[in-house]
Amino acid sequence: MSEDALRELADLITLKQGDAVIGTEIAHGELTVEITLASIPAFMEFLKTDTACRFSTLVDITAVDYPSRDKRFDMVWHFLSMYQNHRIRVKTQIREDDMVPSITGVFPAANWFEREVFDMYGVLFSGHPDLRRILTDYGFRGYPLRKDFPTTGYTELRYDEALKRVVYEPVKLVQDYRQFDFMSPWEGAEYILPGDEKPEAAKG
Amino acid sequence: MMDGGKGFEDALTGEQKIRNFNINFGPQHPAAHGVLRLVLELDGEIVERCDPHIGLLHRGTEKLMESRTYLQNLPYFDRLDYVAPMNQEHAWCLAIEKLTGVEVPRRASLIRVLYSEIGRVLNHLLNVTTQAMDVGALTPPLWGFEEREKLMVFYERACGARLHAAYFRPGGVHQDLPPELLDDIETWANEFPAKLDDIDGLLTENRIFKQRNADIGVVSEQEILDWGFSGVMVRGSGLAWDLRRAQPYECYDEFEFQIPVGKNGDCYDRYLVRMEEMRQSVHIIHQAIAKLRAPEGQGDVLARGKITPPKRGDMKTSMEALIHHFKLYTEGFHVPAGEVYAAVEAPKGEFGVYLVADGSNKPYKAKIRAPGYLHLQAMDHVAGGHQLADVAAIIGTMDVVFGEIDR
Repeated sequence: MSEDALRELADLITLKQGDAVIGTEIAHGELTVEITLASIPAFMEFLKTDTACRFSTLVDITAVDYPSRDKRFDMVWHFLSMYQNHRIRVKTQIREDDMVPSITGVFPAANWFEREVFDMYGVLFSGHPDLRRILTDYGFRGYPLRKDFPTTGYTELRYDEALKRVVYEPVKLVQDYRQFDFMSPWEGAEYILPGDEKPEAAKG
Repeated sequence: MMDGGKGFEDALTGEQKIRNFNINFGPQHPAAHGVLRLVLELDGEIVERCDPHIGLLHRGTEKLMESRTYLQNLPYFDRLDYVAPMNQEHAWCLAIEKLTGVEVPRRASLIRVLYSEIGRVLNHLLNVTTQAMDVGALTPPLWGFEEREKLMVFYERACGARLHAAYFRPGGVHQDLPPELLDDIETWANEFPAKLDDIDGLLTENRIFKQRNADIGVVSEQEILDWGFSGVMVRGSGLAWDLRRAQPYECYDEFEFQIPVGKNGDCYDRYLVRMEEMRQSVHIIHQAIAKLRAPEGQGDVLARGKITPPKRGDMKTSMEALIHHFKLYTEGFHVPAGEVYAAVEAPKGEFGVYLVADGSNKPYKAKIRAPGYLHLQAMDHVAGGHQLADVAAIIGTMDVVFGEIDR
């Protein structure tokens, strides 16, 4: 897809869906459209049915977590048109307690993707037919892909020879989970380097 | 307990109440292709409802990737679809190269195409033959695995590992191929069509194989769109959609190959498409070898720069190169902030990576888009109304591998 064609497509979408679109961006040969949360199933319906867009295939749905932001999550949808041979990325920012309208009515393929986002980030989808956890264990607690969820998790399981069954226990680490910091001290480490505490204190 | 259990009386008059029967298909069933657990609701032998329970092989790849450098993340991709490892690595490399704007040298590009096609043959050989086993044939997998073994030796000779290759690197490939390896791959490519004909003769006109596959799991164009299918699931239904042709990446645009399509969209057509794709892959392999031998195909296999290691010889003489090598393998390279989606036509369909970089040495977020995830999702839709025995045939041609579905 050439840059011009993407720009044309972006302009067309902004023209036809002015209320929904917040902004468009073209980077690395990909078109990103940011939309409002309120416009969600309708905007996807438009992308699917409009003859110039014809984004008939849902490629992917996911979320990105920015814990420091007020609107914590980015919801991201990817669509593909096999007829027009172009792709689009649709984004919207949501708060942690926002309900996102499900698009399973427009794209049945959204079902498992939305379950996965719910499973991994705890984002709720209104109108989803079957919002269960999908990838994590039965009875799992927490939302693993949130940035504040530790990589080790909270529980571990093992087979207990005495009880003759699998038991769940809180995670016990023999040593700390190793997060190596290889950032070069010359490239602006944002913390005080070991040994540098005194000069820093003297300055302030 | 078909009558509902309680309240059974000896002299029950009138129609007895009949309840549908629920069974667990897998996770230990050999036809479940790994760790699939299907909860099937059966009316007699007819599948009423099919609820796949996935996640039994979930390793949290995406979470792990957020705390590792870009290069350390590469081997995770081998462990997704472990049937054709290098095709997955390819998507990761393309995503990084797109963000950093690195040009891959021509020789590396050709090697990538060569090994992507070997991966495609690896995958289709496994799929076609084990699907045949699911419907009752024992010989094809034995023959197919013999060929797979040879291909894995080629993997080993290129990178040292039979399965978990870690061979495609951002900026090129890890090592150059020796000329003898190219000769051996060519010899294999010359002999392979005969082996393929053997499997073909065993299966294609086989009465049992046809009865089990023809008109089973029919997928229409609308269903492809609704359920987000890709790869052979699309081509089996007559849509000539192939990312290698439609949105060419690497140097696929200079290769000549045909895109086979099916007519009926059933399991049998998908089998035929896979067989023909293997022949086309062999055709591409021949072209790639010829291009690799041509003078334009010579040269370095890594785009030397910040994201690739320096040459071994340079490290002996240049302090800068030595520091670069050390920093690359400890801190890793930094990728400029931005987001990108890169997809390849993996043997199973569109395999994509959505990468959000924040300018540091680790990805802020990486989402792996596995084709099998969407195919399996449609299981309830496709298998509904079929016989229980057809479930195995359908799972087989959907080509599900749990490494990539559960991630």
